[in-house]
Amino acid sequence: MSTVKLTVNGKAVSADVEDRTLLVHLLRENLNLTGTHVGCDTSQCGACVVHIDGRAVKSCTVLAAQAAGSNVTTIEGIAKGDELHPMQAAFRDNHGLQCGYCTPGMIMSAIDIVHRHSGQLDEETVRTELEGNICRCTGYHNIVKSVLDAAGRMKVAQAAE
Amino acid sequence: MGVEGIGASVVRKEDRRFITGKGRYVDDIKVMGMTHAHFVRSPHAHAKIKSVDTAEAMKMPGVVGVLTGQQIVDDKIGNLICGWAITSKDGTGMKMGAWPAMAPETVRFVGQAVAVVIAETKNQARDAAEAVVVNYEELPAAADIRAAIAPGAPQLHPEAPGNVIYDWTIGEEAATDAAFKAAANVVSLDITNNRLVPNAMEPRAAIAEYNEPEEHFTLYTTSQNPHVARLVLSAFYNIAQEHKLRVVAPDVGGGFGSKIFIYPEEMVALWASKKVGRPVKWTGDRTEAFLTDAHGRDHLTKAEMAFDKDNKVTALRVKTYANLGAYMSLFSSSVPTYLYATLLSGQYNIPNIFAEVISVYTNTVPVDAYRGAGRPEASFVVERLMETAARQLKVDPAELRRKNFITQFPHQTPVIMAYDIGDFNASLDSAMKAIDYAGFPARKAKAKSEGKLRGIGVSCYIEACGIAPSKAVGSLGAGVGLWESAEVRVNPVGTIEVLTGSHSHGQGHETTFCQLIAERLGIPISQVQIVHGDTDKVQFGMGTYGSRSAAVGLTAILKAMEKVEAKAKKIAAHQLEASEGDIVIENGEFKVTGTDKSIALPMVALAAYTAHNLPDGMEPGLKEGAFYDPTNFTFPAGAYICEMEVDSATGKSSFVNFVAADDFGRLINPMIVEGQVHGGLAQGIGQALLEGAVYDSSGQLLTASFMDYAMPRSDDLPSFKLSHTTTLCPGNPLGVKGCGEAGAIGASAAVINAITDAIGNNNLEMPATPDRVWHAIHG
Repeated sequence: MSTVKLTVNGKAVSADVEDRTLLVHLLRENLNLTGTHVGCDTSQCGACVVHIDGRAVKSCTVLAAQAAGSNVTTIEGIAKGDELHPMQAAFRDNHGLQCGYCTPGMIMSAIDIVHRHSGQLDEETVRTELEGNICRCTGYHNIVKSVLDAAGRMKVAQAAE
Repeated sequence: MGVEGIGASVVRKEDRRFITGKGRYVDDIKVMGMTHAHFVRSPHAHAKIKSVDTAEAMKMPGVVGVLTGQQIVDDKIGNLICGWAITSKDGTGMKMGAWPAMAPETVRFVGQAVAVVIAETKNQARDAAEAVVVNYEELPAAADIRAAIAPGAPQLHPEAPGNVIYDWTIGEEAATDAAFKAAANVVSLDITNNRLVPNAMEPRAAIAEYNEPEEHFTLYTTSQNPHVARLVLSAFYNIAQEHKLRVVAPDVGGGFGSKIFIYPEEMVALWASKKVGRPVKWTGDRTEAFLTDAHGRDHLTKAEMAFDKDNKVTALRVKTYANLGAYMSLFSSSVPTYLYATLLSGQYNIPNIFAEVISVYTNTVPVDAYRGAGRPEASFVVERLMETAARQLKVDPAELRRKNFITQFPHQTPVIMAYDIGDFNASLDSAMKAIDYAGFPARKAKAKSEGKLRGIGVSCYIEACGIAPSKAVGSLGAGVGLWESAEVRVNPVGTIEVLTGSHSHGQGHETTFCQLIAERLGIPISQVQIVHGDTDKVQFGMGTYGSRSAAVGLTAILKAMEKVEAKAKKIAAHQLEASEGDIVIENGEFKVTGTDKSIALPMVALAAYTAHNLPDGMEPGLKEGAFYDPTNFTFPAGAYICEMEVDSATGKSSFVNFVAADDFGRLINPMIVEGQVHGGLAQGIGQALLEGAVYDSSGQLLTASFMDYAMPRSDDLPSFKLSHTTTLCPGNPLGVKGCGEAGAIGASAAVINAITDAIGNNNLEMPATPDRVWHAIHG
């Protein structure tokens, strides 16, 4: 067992975990942040994507201990109070989700994609960059639409800040 | 209609919790004192269990108990059953082998549970499972249909000699044979319908809690039909009495059929929770999902179609071998029979049809319903035959279909179904226009000049959904009725709760069902709450599958709503001193026509509950329930056309365009309907191009993770062009038909027809991987 200290959604936290504990399990089991999901055993599906120091990472590929000292943001940490993150709003408005299970990971990946492309996105780029996240419900059609929509909204939001 | 009524693309109410990470799936739930289960699973496809040694595991840290297959048999827990009886052509019943929840003596597929370890933490249970020593004597295995029916094949169950479960037929054999003899042309195809893994993104999970003083069980589970789960667990499996078992299916992360069934794991969790005296949680991992969730499809078919000299279809003859895996899952027998062969008429007027279906046991995961369940298999057979016939007869594929379309309704097919309504020309016209069918030859020629192979593929599907009616399914062997129930509760303050037996696992019921109430009462959907998925709250229900939630479930809500409205109108008339017949409901108010007198819904509701001033003899309260059992299936239909380009150097196929024109009757929420179609298309295209469960000859599943099983990803799929044509379903008052399975039913034939058109070779099996396509091009 080791004590891991990190910042999650802006709050300093500390947890005693077995050395083999993955970040996703620390989030879900120790911190009760169950929005981050586990969909596979092989880091293929992306349901567990969170941001570590601002970059999208599959939290099932990271040991909790490796995340010590870092800033982790989960799906629970991106809205400002009642105000949804533009990506969350875009997913809702474009029907970019159905069962909702892959959705948190999808949203966290999508935010990172928009950041990395400074909002300059086309359909092909979105499809290529989202291939690390599997959705079984939507056929991706509305997810792609959501990301393109959010890219515009995030630009506007940035400009306003 | 209010802005949130029927026909409005209302943004989903349920989304807020999903996009903020506040959904509540089974694995998100913790129960006080909870332990964790990990199963010991067979590494062999077929073996005798000589011994199970649990002594070392019992000594491992945190272990609370290790339970074996023999113990579950000793405790008289029932074997898993198949609930749909099929009779063979010789009049004998289907040959069902015993399926204990954990194997006591013999394992018949890789991944079958042999024992379970219960420990304080998941990791401790997993570690201790490694220490359970099972001594197996390996037996020869039959891993596919051909191996299972070969002479001298390994025998799986003593009940099923030759591994044949049933040999079933439908239609008129002699008349069909005669039509083939008289035919001007005959087209034949050997078709493999590849085995698929459903792969809902949320793995199956269960939390079982036994309350000893109350002798009561609670089960949280990833189920599409919690009431059916309770019924089966109590009536057949001897786990608990029905009134002593609560089944809760909270947010469920996709099902696609795979979460209809009762699996060994939830049975064991319930039984174990009593055994160890602690709540037990089991969450499957992805490999367990591959190894234990019911797979889909897996047919070998020989199909022939006869034509007269005018290219009219005169007969269809089909012989299908269906792989049901190692055991008969809950609805497995119905899938390749009544859900498959009854749709073999497709959209066409075919006077003679004869189909034979032979279902067999193999040493593989049980096979059962997966999105479309039998209808995709039927549609693929019919639409591949039509396309092949057009090529053989040298006529345009769209025109050949048009010539044979059913245009008079109702239409009785030779295989049970009576199609109530449809307009197949309208869908085909719409799809042809959307893809510019007429301009295709020029596009093909241009592609050719650029060294690319271009093909176009048509697929005109029909499905029977809204699964019911109870009398019909009962006469065909179903063990349950397939009605639906609902209750509408108007609270004293005027808010409304709708309790439904349908179950939502991504379909958006919390929005669409509210839209019906908004439509009827003229109130915002925020005033309405949908309650589902809990047997303690909802009186009864048959769950969600077979695109039945709108046609059956929503109609049940409408029936309950009509009763509520009738009573509310009586109360309003009494309060307003008007005649009941003069009351109309508008914008949440009960108005007296032709006057300015009105009373708002909350005041009517309050009057119902205060009961100070009700009509004489009226019972207080304002809540009503209804059961609804339709008189026929519904028949969504459509035309899909796909244009593809194939790179002859690599065999890689790419989409140029994919158009879908569907007739689903009335659309409650077009945005949600389109989302359902997108998802179905992705699964149909996945089957055509990527997906396939592959076993080696010893019965090892070679595709047991997302590393090996090609799931469609965002860059594998195109954006789809959708359109809708409408004939209103006469079989229910809403005119709805159902949309959930359409894409999965129609898409695969469109894709394969397009690729085979492009490469000029008709022999191409699914999934049409670049390797297969390359070989089909280059021989």
